[in-house]
Amino acid sequence: MSAGQLPRWVDYGLIPFVNLAAAFLVSGLVVVLIGENPLEAVRILIWGSLGYGEGIGFTLFYATNFIFTGLAVAVAFHAGLFNIGGEGQAYIGGLGVTFACLALDHIVPWYVTLPFAIIGSALMGAAWAFIPAWLQATRGSHVVITTIMFNFIASSLMVYLLNSALKKPGSMQPETRTFEAGGRLPFLNDVFPSFGFGYAPVNLSLFVALAACVLIWLLIWRTKLGFEIRSFGANATAAVYAGISPVRTIVITMLISGGLAGMMAINEIMGSQHRLLIDFVAGYGFVGIAVALMGRAHPVGIVLAAILFGMLYQGGAELSFEMPNITRDMIIVIQGLVILFAGALEHMFRPAITALFMPSQAHAAEEA
Amino acid sequence: MNETPAIELRGINKSFGPVHANKDIDLVVKKGSIHGIIGENGAGKSTLMSILYGFYHADDGDILVNGKKVTIADSKAAIGMGIGMVHQHFMLVDNFSVLENIVLGAEDSAMLAGGLDRARIELKRLEEEYELRVDPDALIQDLPVGLQQRVEILKALYRSAEVLILDEPTGVLTPPEADHLFKILEVLKNEGKTILLITHKLREIMAATDSVSVMRRGEMVATRETRNTSMEELAELMVGRSVLLRVDKKPAVAAEPVMQVENLSVTDQRGVQVVKDVSFSVRAGEIVGIAGVSGNGQSELLETLAGIRRATGGTLRINGETIDLGTSTLDAADMRAKSMGHVPEDRHRMGLINSFAEYENSILGYHRDPAYSSGLLMNIAAIKENAVAEIEKYDIRPPNPMLKTASFSGGNQQKIVLAREIERDPDVLLVGQPTRGVDIGAIEFIHSRLVELRDAGKGILLVSVELDEIRALADRILVMFDGRIVGERGANADEGELGLLMAGVEDQAKMSVEGSAR
Ligand SMILES: Nc1ncnc2c1ncn2[C@@H]1O[C@H](COP(=O)(O)OP(=O)(O)OP(=O)(O)O)[C@@H](O)[C@H]1O
Ligand SMILES: [Mg+2]
Repeated sequence: MSAGQLPRWVDYGLIPFVNLAAAFLVSGLVVVLIGENPLEAVRILIWGSLGYGEGIGFTLFYATNFIFTGLAVAVAFHAGLFNIGGEGQAYIGGLGVTFACLALDHIVPWYVTLPFAIIGSALMGAAWAFIPAWLQATRGSHVVITTIMFNFIASSLMVYLLNSALKKPGSMQPETRTFEAGGRLPFLNDVFPSFGFGYAPVNLSLFVALAACVLIWLLIWRTKLGFEIRSFGANATAAVYAGISPVRTIVITMLISGGLAGMMAINEIMGSQHRLLIDFVAGYGFVGIAVALMGRAHPVGIVLAAILFGMLYQGGAELSFEMPNITRDMIIVIQGLVILFAGALEHMFRPAITALFMPSQAHAAEEA
Repeated sequence: MNETPAIELRGINKSFGPVHANKDIDLVVKKGSIHGIIGENGAGKSTLMSILYGFYHADDGDILVNGKKVTIADSKAAIGMGIGMVHQHFMLVDNFSVLENIVLGAEDSAMLAGGLDRARIELKRLEEEYELRVDPDALIQDLPVGLQQRVEILKALYRSAEVLILDEPTGVLTPPEADHLFKILEVLKNEGKTILLITHKLREIMAATDSVSVMRRGEMVATRETRNTSMEELAELMVGRSVLLRVDKKPAVAAEPVMQVENLSVTDQRGVQVVKDVSFSVRAGEIVGIAGVSGNGQSELLETLAGIRRATGGTLRINGETIDLGTSTLDAADMRAKSMGHVPEDRHRMGLINSFAEYENSILGYHRDPAYSSGLLMNIAAIKENAVAEIEKYDIRPPNPMLKTASFSGGNQQKIVLAREIERDPDVLLVGQPTRGVDIGAIEFIHSRLVELRDAGKGILLVSVELDEIRALADRILVMFDGRIVGERGANADEGELGLLMAGVEDQAKMSVEGSAR
């Protein structure tokens, strides 16, 4: 109840910062335990992710993936739905991008292909979310369960397709042919050479992701549909009282969520890999859950959380390279701690911080 | 006379952000007495009691229990000092038995079994001593509210409470259940317990308490011996002006029916028929009241007409259009489009979204109205402007449309709902329990708004378990019992007769009416 009265900078600034600090403190302890210098580890992590152009480029590339999958989870959150299926929706979304690129890459330039790729990926991702959505809306089958199951189905389906119809003729690899220039988004290094992104795959889909953030913000807080989604998520009984159809709201929300997850494939497939391949989603869909939690399901928070996780991915890779004692698994532990403190234990420090700020705020208000 | 008081509060202050909920409160509660606390919505009654129970901490001030200064860190400490509280919203575990709920949190060892046996014996003793009978093995979810409340009281007594705080205990009770509660309180008092009773119903204060304190806008404005005061004086102290305790209205000038219901039947999710072949009409310019003990189908009737619940059969004629309710798929939005407003019985569960800002709730259900959109986007400025106008007109406090709805007190939340539904100027307004948990100043206001709407030629269907409210407002009274309308009476129906009808004693009531009609 009192949370709404906290100053915004505390709610959205201080509390996440304290959570993050706690996560790094515990991670630091783990680093000490395996006999490395934690300060040095932090230095490498930050340098590796933000210290030079190419590092920044990788961080932003990962962040682009996280923005899409984080937004996907966040939109569903607002309707009280827990979409765990970002992984599968992004995977199937790859089909949409691939169809657009395979069909158009040798006839038109990339900027003509891009709108088709966006629509294709969103449609395919949304289609993959449709059946779980429909089952939840009409039969009450829990969307958490069904979307997880659809992740497995997506995985098998893609393995089958990439070993049959989609496979490049004469190749042993389970992947499509490489796209021509018309199916490749420009790398930011080519667009803005002065930033020195080097070989980092960060590409124009970063701007697609940022545009999606703005549109989702408008959708959730400025449209009737967003009002209905939030109403339904906050109090389903009151939503029915208000004449908001649960079936319609669940289905539409999940379609939007699935579409956003699907759009992640633009970054990976059209922006970086330039071909459809096995397992390109690589867990980004799942991490999107943590990004949405940490970003408080708000686009600005999601961008910040996505950058943080991008840093962990990129800096973590550097770290395991520089400090052989810190393996990739260790990095995953650190990511896990961030998720734990920022997401699951979000309320651990909140009461103390609230107690700290409410009285002073009361005085300030009285004096005013 | 110089006995140490059970509870004494000195100079208690408490603020929530800019809201000063308790200002320099002094309160003395005599041992072995029933002490009432009344005050407008948002006056700070619940806050004060929560401080005493250790839920909130006072910003400053002293609490004395039996003459000794104490600090109450949390509710555990309060229980340790012999203070128990029965909350307005019960804090029971639905799928636990009565016994388990009573022991919960007070288990004296890790092993439950021995404790449960001892508890059973203790419970038996309490039951006999205070005549508080409940089956210790019944599940909470199977008990009616009145009994659930009894479990809450037993829970406090089991923890050897000497002082019992009850926050609006009768808000959820039927009149007979309330009567029973006051009998129990009387027994407790005779056993030497001290009782603090918060209520909005002045009748209950007059009937049950020894002394009464009045709060207004965070301050304690007066304390009276109950026998030396009157409802009129208390009302005036509460509101700061004299209050009309009865509705001032002219006889209805009813015109054509705006709503006709025929042969409506409704079955609930358990498959039980809850509304049975009900027919009635509401004319323009009249208030039709539906009286009845709660749980006799009124709620379902209202929800069905509002488009929230499906009927198994029946027709609804509204504004000349006929709808087959048995097959209709019209939802609440469609019904609103037919100019039907709906103030639901349960504002927390249905009428409001507590986590939304006030201005967002001020358009809930009307958010598709083009007046609140510009192009694809919602017109936030227009919505806020409308919210501010409603806040002003309905004196909603604090007057801040950005405030989260949960931060408003109960009565002010009710005003938010009423303002939203009445200001859309519906031809038919369905109203459920419009003044539940609302202070008398606000009741006066709400009643006069409803009468005004009636006089503007609208039809109003009013469902209330408060017989006084029905009798004060309605131009015609229908009594519902067991899903059926068992009688129709005029505005000045006899209370005893209505009571009989509500209790399902149809024949006698009919006989007495037929007798008087001839
Ligand atoms: N947790 C809270 N955070 C912010 N404001 C609060 C909180 N609790 C109460 N208030 C405010 O403090 C004031 C007193 O509220 P309180 O609940 O004590 O009133 P009340 O007298 O019990 O009213 P009602 O009769 O409607 O229950 C109100 O203005 C309310 O909005
Ligand atoms: Mg209260």
